Amino acid sequence: MPVRPIAAALALCLSFTAPAADASETSGARGRDGQLRLYYWQAPSTLNPYLSGGVKDVEAASLIVEPLARLDPDGQMVPWLVQSIPTLENGGVAPDLRSITWRLKPGLTWSDGSPVTSADIRFTLEYCTAPGSGCAQQAKFRDVAAVDTPGPLTAVLRFDSPKPHPYGPFVGPQTPLLQAAQFAECIGPRAASCTAANFAPIGTGPFRAVQFRPGDAALFEMNPHYRVDDQPAFASVLLKGGGNANSAARTVLETGEFDYAWNLQLSPDVLAAMAASGKGRVVTAFSTLVERLAFNLREPAPTPSTLRQAAPLPHPAMSDPDVRRALAMALDRELMVEIGYGAAGRVTCNILPGPRIYASRENDGCAAQDIARAQAILQNAGWTDDNGDGVRERQGKQLRFVFQTSTNAVRQDFQLLAKEWWRQIGVQTELRNIDASVFFSSDASSPDTLQRFGAHIQMYAGASDGPDPEAYLSGWACKNIPDRDNGWQGQNVGAWCDPAYDRLLDKLAVTAGLEERAELARTLNDMLVQNHVVVPLVDRARISAHSAALEGVRMNAWDSELWNVAEWHRMAQ
Amino acid sequence: MRPPFLRRLLMVVSTLLVVSGLVFLLLDLAPGDPMSQLPPSIPEDVRAEMRSALGLDQPAPERYARWLWQMLVVEPAIAADALLDTDLAAGAPRILSWQTRAPVMSLIAQRLPQTLVVVGLAYLLGTFGAIALSIGSAARRGRTLDRAGTGLAAMGHALPPFFTAAVLIYVFAIRLEWLPTTYDTTLAVTGWDSAAVQIRQMILPVAVLSLQTLAQTVRYSRAAMLDALAQDYILTARAKGLGARRVLLGHALRNSWVPVLTVAALGAPQVFAGAIVTEQIFGVNGIGQLLIQSLQAGDLPTVQTVTMLIAVLIVLANLGADVLIARIDPRTAHA
Amino acid sequence: MRSARRPALGAMLLALILAAVLIGPAVWSAAPGAMDLGARNAAPDWAHPLGRDQLGRDFLARLLTGGRISLAVAAAAALMGTVIGAAVGAAAGMSRRLDAPLMWLTDIFLCVPLLPLLLIAATLFRAPLAAALGPQMGVFALVTVAIGASSWMGTARILRAEVRSVMQRDFIAAARLAGRRPAGMIAHHVLPNVAASLSVSASLAAASAILTESALSFLGLGFPPDLPTWGRLIFEGTPQLGQYPGRALWPGALITLSAVGIMALGDTLRDLAGPK
Repeated sequence: MPVRPIAAALALCLSFTAPAADASETSGARGRDGQLRLYYWQAPSTLNPYLSGGVKDVEAASLIVEPLARLDPDGQMVPWLVQSIPTLENGGVAPDLRSITWRLKPGLTWSDGSPVTSADIRFTLEYCTAPGSGCAQQAKFRDVAAVDTPGPLTAVLRFDSPKPHPYGPFVGPQTPLLQAAQFAECIGPRAASCTAANFAPIGTGPFRAVQFRPGDAALFEMNPHYRVDDQPAFASVLLKGGGNANSAARTVLETGEFDYAWNLQLSPDVLAAMAASGKGRVVTAFSTLVERLAFNLREPAPTPSTLRQAAPLPHPAMSDPDVRRALAMALDRELMVEIGYGAAGRVTCNILPGPRIYASRENDGCAAQDIARAQAILQNAGWTDDNGDGVRERQGKQLRFVFQTSTNAVRQDFQLLAKEWWRQIGVQTELRNIDASVFFSSDASSPDTLQRFGAHIQMYAGASDGPDPEAYLSGWACKNIPDRDNGWQGQNVGAWCDPAYDRLLDKLAVTAGLEERAELARTLNDMLVQNHVVVPLVDRARISAHSAALEGVRMNAWDSELWNVAEWHRMAQ
Repeated sequence: MRPPFLRRLLMVVSTLLVVSGLVFLLLDLAPGDPMSQLPPSIPEDVRAEMRSALGLDQPAPERYARWLWQMLVVEPAIAADALLDTDLAAGAPRILSWQTRAPVMSLIAQRLPQTLVVVGLAYLLGTFGAIALSIGSAARRGRTLDRAGTGLAAMGHALPPFFTAAVLIYVFAIRLEWLPTTYDTTLAVTGWDSAAVQIRQMILPVAVLSLQTLAQTVRYSRAAMLDALAQDYILTARAKGLGARRVLLGHALRNSWVPVLTVAALGAPQVFAGAIVTEQIFGVNGIGQLLIQSLQAGDLPTVQTVTMLIAVLIVLANLGADVLIARIDPRTAHA
Repeated sequence: MRSARRPALGAMLLALILAAVLIGPAVWSAAPGAMDLGARNAAPDWAHPLGRDQLGRDFLARLLTGGRISLAVAAAAALMGTVIGAAVGAAAGMSRRLDAPLMWLTDIFLCVPLLPLLLIAATLFRAPLAAALGPQMGVFALVTVAIGASSWMGTARILRAEVRSVMQRDFIAAARLAGRRPAGMIAHHVLPNVAASLSVSASLAAASAILTESALSFLGLGFPPDLPTWGRLIFEGTPQLGQYPGRALWPGALITLSAVGIMALGDTLRDLAGPK
C-alpha cells in the first residue's frame, strides 16, 4: 500500500496500463473479446467477502473466488468446484445428518498455479471462525464442529447436531474458498491488516485482480490457470463504481459506454424509456425479496417513557383479524407494482414466493382489490362510523393508524396510495417516513427502528438467505418477538405468537426430505398470510441491464449476478 | 513579525483541535451504524462481533485519543519512513477504514489525482474566468458583454449542478453522442489516443464545475471592480490622463484584489469537498465522493480523517489569503 | 436609464413569482395532493396545463405549493446567515478586542466542511425536531437553520475585510476625532460603505439557499418525498428529461428566475447604496 500519498497516487495514475486484448488471437480462444465493462454504481469496498458481507462486495469478489457449489437462477444447487452435490441418496450426507462430504474436482488450480486441496477448505473455515476476525459469514459456519481431510480432494464437515439442510457453508457466493497459503498470516484480529490480500485474493475463478480502488473502480485480468480452456471470453474486466442507479442505467441503455449495469431500482417509466433505444436489454430475476406490510398487534410505544409496563397491551383494532383482513383487501397490488416497480416486481400473495417448490398456491387471487367487501367485513365485525366523520369505530376505539416506512420515493408513493384506499373503507392513516439509516439500524436506543415498531403499520422488504426457508420462517416464532428484555432483537416485529406455528417449526428442524420440508414451509407461509400477520405486496426482482451485444448473461437472484461470467461473450459480428 | 505569527500558529492549532473534537463528538452522537448496510440475513450477534473487531465497543474518549495519536504520530511517522527509509512507525497500527479495512491515508492518496485534475482544474478555470469576465464587464458596464456575463453567472448560480449536468448529458452524450458520461479513474495516459480520451471524459464534469465556480466568484469580483472604479484615485488617474486600459488593469484591478482573493481562497478547499454532487453524477470518485460514501456507510475513521484534512487545508488557505492580502492591500499591511 | 430599468425588471420578476406561489394555490383550485389514478402521467390539457405526475396529481398545483416552501427556506436561511454574518463581521472589523476570538469562531465554523456538517446534522436532529415541531415544520426548521448556520462565515469574512478597510480611511479618523460613538459610526459611516457588499452577499445567500436545499434533496437528506419543493421536483424530474421534460424544466426555470430576480434586486440595492 502506498504510504507517500501524493507521489504514490501520481505513480498509480501514470504507470498503470490496461491489459489490452491481443488482436491476433483467434475466435474461440480465451480472452478474444477484449474488455468487459461493468457498472456497479455502489462500488465494492473490498474483494474479501468474509470481511464485508455487503452484496456489492460479494458480487465483485465472485469474479475471483468461488464456492464449492453455486445456486442457479432457479435456486437449485450446481456443483462448481466439486464433482457432485452431496446428498443422503449418494452417501455424501451421513444418515444421521451429522456430516457432509465434499469431493473437489481433480486438477483444480489457484490463479497462481498451485493446486486446490481440502486443506484450503479447512483453512477457510478456520479463517472465518477465528475469534476477533470480524468475519461477516460466521453464522454459516457456526454449527460446524470439525473438518476432516481424509484425502487431498476430500473434506468432511462434521456438525454439532443433525442438520437436515447441511448446505450452509461453501454454497453460494458469500462463502467462497480462500487460499490457505495467501491468508495464513491473516487469522483473527490480523485479518484487517492484510490489505494486500483482501484487495487481491487468489482465487479459482475466471479473473484475478490487477488493481483495486475501494469505493471507486477495480480492474481484473483473465486467470491463465482457469479450468476451462476457452473461457473467459474477455481478457479483462473493468468494474466501475460511483454515481447512482440512473447514471448506471444510462451508460448501458442510452450511451453504450458499458456492457452491464447492476441494480437499477428506478422508476419503471424511466427505465422503459431508456430501454426503448434498443442498445441494451433490461434483465430481472426473482428470489424471495418481498416488500410487505407488517401489522403491530401490540400497542405501539413511540417513546421510551411509555415503556413502563412489562408486557405491552394488545392493540384493540390490530389484534382483530377482520381489521387486518380488510386493510389487506383494500389494496390494489397490481397497480402498486405497475407504479413502483414495473418489470422489477410482481404481485405476490406469499411471504415465501420461491423457489417454486416452496411457493404456496393456496393464496392465489389475494391481489384483487375489493373495497366493497372490505367495508362489509368491517361493518360485520362491528366497526361502524356512527358519528359520520368518515372514520369507523367500535366501543370508542377509532380506526386511526400510524403507517411508517423508510424514506424512499417508491415507498412514499405506496403510502399515499394505501392511505387513499384505506380512507375509502373508513380508516384514517397518518403517514410517517424515517431515514433508512435509522429505520434499519439495530440501535436499540432509537425509538424509530423497524424492531421498535413505534407505529401500527410498517412497510419494508425482507428475504430468505438462500433457498432453504427454515431460518427465514423461524423469524415469526414467539421467541423472536423483539422487546425490551432481549434488547429489541428479533424479526417478529408484529409480535404475533401462535404455538401451533412454533410446533411446525420444530418439526421442520428435524425433517430431511426436500418434498416434506417444502410442504411444511408452504403451511407455515399460509399461516402467516392467511392470519394477515404480514401482507406481502410485491415480489421484488434483482434488476440489471446488459448491452445488446453481450451474450451468455443468465440473471441470477440466488447467487452472484456474475456467477457465470466465464461464459459471457460478445455476439459474433 | 514573529510574535503575531506564533500567536496565529497557536490559534490555528487550537482551532484544529476543537474542530476535531467537535467532529468526533457529532459523529459519535449521530445515529446510524456501520453494520446497517449489511444484508438483513446477517444475525445480530455476528454484527456485534464485527463491531467489536472494529473497536467500536470501546469507550468514545479512548477511541478519540487513539485516533488523535495515530493522526499526529503514527501517520507522520509512516510518511517519514517512506520518504527517509527509516523505521519510526515500527509497525504501529494505522488509521484503518472500517468499510475497506485499508489505511485511510492510502484511500485518500488514490483519490487525489482525479480530485486535483478534474475539480482543481475546474476551480482554476472558473476563478480566472470570473476575473476576466468582471474586467470585461466593468469596462463595458451595461453593454452586451456585461449583461451576457452577469446573465451567465446568474444562471450558473441559480441552477443546481445535478440539473445542469443532466441537461448537458442529455444533449452532448445521449442526443449528440459526442462525450462520455462517466469518468474512468483507471485510465492511464500513455499516448495521444489515451490523452484524447482523458480530455474527452473531463469536458462535461469540468464544464459543470467551472460554471459553478465562475458564478460564485464573478459576483464578488464584478462588484469589487465596480467599487474600485468608483473610488477617488480612479478619478485622479483619469484626470492624470491615463488610458482606460491602464486605469482598469493598473489601478482598479489591483485594488479589487482584496475581496476577490478572499473569496477565491475561502473557496479553494471546496475543491476537496464542494464537488460531491458533480463527482457523484459523473463517477469522478474524488475526495468528496469518498467522504459521502463513508458517511453513508458509517465509516467514522474515514469521515473523521478526511474532514480533518479538509479543515487543515481550509486553515492553510485562510492563512495564505491573509498573507497575500497583507502584501497587496497597503491599507491593511500595518493594521 | 438602462441600469435603472434592469433592476426594476428583476424586482418585477420576483414579485410575479412571489404572487404566483403565495396567491396561486388559493386561486388554482386543484389540490396538490389529490390523486387521480386513472390519469397517471397525463399530458397537459386545459384543466391541468402542466399535466399530471406518476400518481395523477396536478403538476401545476404541486409546483406552486413547492415554491412556497423553497422560497420560504431561501428567505429565512438568507436572513439568518446575513444577520449573523454581518453582526460578526462588523464587530470583528471594528473592535480589536473582539477581532481575534470572533475570527477564531469563524475559522472553526469554516473548518468543518459544510456538507458533512449538514449531513450529520440532518441525521442527528431530524427525528427530535420532527417529534417537536411536526414532520414538515421539523424538516423546514432543520434545513433552514442548517443552511443559515453554515453560510454566514463568508459574509462575516468579507464584511470584516471591508469594515477594516473602511476603518483605515480618513473620514473615520475624522469622525473619531469628532467624538462619534461606535453605534453612530456604524450607522453613518460603516454601513453605507459596506452596504454594497452586504446586499450582494445577501442576495447570493438567498439564491444559494435554494440550491443547497435542492442539493440536500439530491443526496436524500432534504425534504421528504411527500413535500414537493422545487429542488425535490427537479431531482425527481431530471431522470425523465427526455420523456417528460416539463417535470424538470419548470421547477428549474422557476429556481433560475427567482435567483435572477433576487440578484437583480441585490444589484438595485447595491446601486442605491453605492456612493455614485
